[in-house]
Amino acid sequence: MADFVITAQSQEKAGNLIVNSLINAGVRNVLLIDSAGNVLTNCGHEEAMNIDIDAVSLAALAAASLAATSQIAQLIGEDDFSLLFHKGKNGNIHFGRIGQELILITIFGDDVSLGLIRCRVAELSDSLAEIFEG
Amino acid sequence: MALIDLSKKEVHCKIVFYGPGRCGKTTNLLYIHKAMDEKDRGKMLTIDTKGDRTLFFDLLPLNLGKISGFDIRIQLYTVPGQVMYEATRQLVLKGVDGLVFVADPLKVRQERNIESLEDLRRNLAKHNLDMDKMPLVLQYNKRDLCDTPVPTLTVEELEHDLNSTLKTASYEAIATTGVGVFDTLKEISKRTVRYVAEKHLLVKM
Ligand SMILES: Nc1nc2c(ncn2[C@@H]2O[C@H](COP(=O)(O)OP(=O)(O)O)[C@@H](O)[C@H]2O)c(=O)[nH]1
Ligand SMILES: [Mg+2]
Repeated sequence: MADFVITAQSQEKAGNLIVNSLINAGVRNVLLIDSAGNVLTNCGHEEAMNIDIDAVSLAALAAASLAATSQIAQLIGEDDFSLLFHKGKNGNIHFGRIGQELILITIFGDDVSLGLIRCRVAELSDSLAEIFEG
Repeated sequence: MALIDLSKKEVHCKIVFYGPGRCGKTTNLLYIHKAMDEKDRGKMLTIDTKGDRTLFFDLLPLNLGKISGFDIRIQLYTVPGQVMYEATRQLVLKGVDGLVFVADPLKVRQERNIESLEDLRRNLAKHNLDMDKMPLVLQYNKRDLCDTPVPTLTVEELEHDLNSTLKTASYEAIATTGVGVFDTLKEISKRTVRYVAEKHLLVKM
């Protein structure tokens, strides 16, 4: 597992992609993290940013939870699960794998459909992987 | 796996405290959390503890100041030591940059220390990491127990069991009162940051 080096350009490119495709579609927050639990990019609506999500804890837990989920998949003879999603009363969270080592965390309300999120995350996946891993 | 953010001039490293169950890994983090200034540390996250046993991991993010213009951010993790949580230990080791192995001085735990160090070597190898090449320091914790009637291991015995091939720095500690805790942390942070920086030729330190 190689170290990630982030530059101002990669940061800006990724931020623009995420804002255009997800934040502008009504998503509250998007975090791009690596599988060791580091935060690479953190985007969100201004109101949503005020809730002040603890990004460090969220990233560590998400990375661990996804690693655990993969192991659960293997225990029942699957490679991995394709849908990683939790539904809450007011907020929902979706996890998407990006390339080999990255995870895109999307936090959104009931005004945005899960289908749209899945579709947009899939579209973003290659371009984001390209920016950081390519 | 370190993260180097050239735009914010930050280096993020992951240091994992490893060792048999109940040797004092969580206690180390709790002491560091208590002793450090609030502006230099994040929230301590302790997950899923049943009784006082770590089932998943603990996390403490620290800000260690600047080295050569880079802000050094360290994330301290612990693993659950109990043998049955093998899977969790493996996922916490993902992307590790530096290691502290905490040993228990109780004579009855002598074998458990040795097994845990071997378990660490095996789990690192699964991530294609070579324990002999990684920043690693040893901590001989609970030295206060040596003044009690409980049979304990001497530092010489611990060195023989755990450090005869590694030949790395080792520290005596009493994590409950903080003795040796910051000596351990300083040394492993220094080695880890140097290891990451040299790998990326950020600076010669
Ligand atoms: N006497 C003594 N007890 C300690 C010391 N460090 C930790 N402990 C105790 O050992 C027990 C296990 O510690 P903990 O940090 O939870 O172990 P972990 O399983 O490695 O995380 C707790 O009851 C601690 O208070 C020490 O230096 N001296
Ligand atoms: Mg613990």
